[in-house]
Amino acid sequence: MNLGQRMALVIEAKSLEKRFGETTAVRNVNFTVEEGEVFGFLGPNGAGKTSTMRMIQCASPKTSGSLEVFGLDVGRFAREIRRRIGVVPQESNLDPDFTVFENLLIYASYFDISSEEARNRAEELLSYVKLEEKRYSRIDQLSGGMRRRLVLARALINNPSLLILDEPTTGLDPQARHLIWDKLRELVGEGRTIVLTTHYMEEAAHLCDRLVIMDQGSILVGGTPEELVRKYAGTHVIEVGSSPDAIACLERHGIPFEITGGYIQIFSEQVQEVASHLLKECPEHEMTSRPATLEDVFLRLTGRRLRE
Amino acid sequence: MKALSVLSFESIGRRAWKVWRRNLLTFLKTWRVNFIPPFLEPMLYLFALGFGVGSYIDQVEGIPYVRFIAPGLISISIMNASFFECTYSSYVRMHYQRIFDAMIATPITIEEVIAGELMWGATRSLIYTILMLPVFIGFGVVDLPSSLLVIPFAPVAGLLFAAIGMCFTAITPNIEALNYPSFLFITPMFLFSGTFFPLSMLPEPLQVIALSFLPLTHVVILIRSMTLNLLSASLVPNMIWILGVEAILCVLAISLMKKRLIV
Ligand SMILES: Nc1ncnc2c1ncn2[C@@H]1O[C@H](COP(=O)(O)OP(=O)(O)O)[C@@H](O)[C@H]1O
Ligand SMILES: [Mg+2]
Repeated sequence: MNLGQRMALVIEAKSLEKRFGETTAVRNVNFTVEEGEVFGFLGPNGAGKTSTMRMIQCASPKTSGSLEVFGLDVGRFAREIRRRIGVVPQESNLDPDFTVFENLLIYASYFDISSEEARNRAEELLSYVKLEEKRYSRIDQLSGGMRRRLVLARALINNPSLLILDEPTTGLDPQARHLIWDKLRELVGEGRTIVLTTHYMEEAAHLCDRLVIMDQGSILVGGTPEELVRKYAGTHVIEVGSSPDAIACLERHGIPFEITGGYIQIFSEQVQEVASHLLKECPEHEMTSRPATLEDVFLRLTGRRLRE
Repeated sequence: MKALSVLSFESIGRRAWKVWRRNLLTFLKTWRVNFIPPFLEPMLYLFALGFGVGSYIDQVEGIPYVRFIAPGLISISIMNASFFECTYSSYVRMHYQRIFDAMIATPITIEEVIAGELMWGATRSLIYTILMLPVFIGFGVVDLPSSLLVIPFAPVAGLLFAAIGMCFTAITPNIEALNYPSFLFITPMFLFSGTFFPLSMLPEPLQVIALSFLPLTHVVILIRSMTLNLLSASLVPNMIWILGVEAILCVLAISLMKKRLIV
């Protein structure tokens, strides 16, 4: 590894662990985030995504392992790191005693930004997230999407080179979600690094250059969305109604399959071969074929059990 | 050593003032509501007890009753201003509004947030005193110019009750449980700290308890000596008691809060 590559690492986690008493929220996790990429943490509820984000933003101390942001240890250089990052927490925690515009100004003051500069930036950011008309509104007068946009604007007040977003679009309608996505892509275009968590596959596939899938505190797999789909779900998914004939047919040809919710799923690259076997030997079944998605990978790896 | 490190200059630096400023700005936004209670409450007590009940009481320790309770009322206001600010109000900011979480995602540390909150509690005591004192002066129930000393003393005393309040806030399981310290600690202090009758009227053991465990006792003694122009060197131990306990409780409040919020 040469020096140039090291410089480009924005986050480096090695054997990172986080325990809350008996609960291990993050278990022996390793990952690196490079400058200028969108890096995603995809996982069901309770996977440990928020715990990981909070360690990165120096809000929660790690239990063991090492974690460096901008090459600085999170324990010793919390203030320096926080100065250079922007945080969109899972729960929007805007200041309800202030208006939209004042929220940006007061937050700027926490970063030692002079009041004149704070005004200029707040002005800019307000139009960036399309909230100019809400400038004098109180927080409780904003819709969920507007609040999320304001939190994003607030996270940008210190012109951070790294943005950490914990479920930035959860609970938003499609319009609001797409607006946030557009903004995030613009931000990456400006050379910023983005780390985000989500449990929306579409969001992960759409935004992330690389991502990891987490479950029960561990990282199961990682890579680009395309790599993950190819490796863990093949190119296509064939779905057939579950029946003994179909199962027998697949077993005869040694084709691996999974049974979920009354139908059989076959993840395969040889879609035509499998389809022709099935059509020939049990033609009475309804059969569909579609391109594999990240959701297939996710469900295969994390199972279908409900998470609260 | 670790407990002492939170007092270091680096942690309670100018950033705590940013937290303080945030609270001041919200206070000023609603100044109309905020300025009435400190005015009204002591006045009601002054009339009901000082001029009402007081007309049946000749003198207490050689002074008119209304002049006796005036410093008690000022002390109570100082206590209430910062105690209630750093319990219910701080709890709302911490738990419901998640403002502390938002702050500690910036270069501000949790120590600075709590220090700023404590300083704000003390400032509220100062604001109340500045509003109240002219009225007492107007009624001629406090002496001049010695009473003016109450103004610089108010934030010093206020910080003590701010720290006490913040310790409870740090350990309370929910906002309702904050009623316990209010009833079990603040109400007895309100009544038994030499506020409405002299400490010497209490049985000897209770006097000792009041002097050791009811911080308001020392505040009342000091403020009474200011409003009655009776300052003397014998008050030094009371001042030392307040400063010492306050320093310990500020450090305790900050470390308990850190324990609660940094997980
Ligand atoms: N402050 C905490 N105290 C105790 N347990 C916690 C705390 N925060 C998170 N956990 C636990 O850690 C696990 C991971 O939680 P979290 O990181 O919030 O997951 P995610 O964000 O992926 O939903 C969960 O089992 C959760 O209950
Ligand atoms: Mg979460």
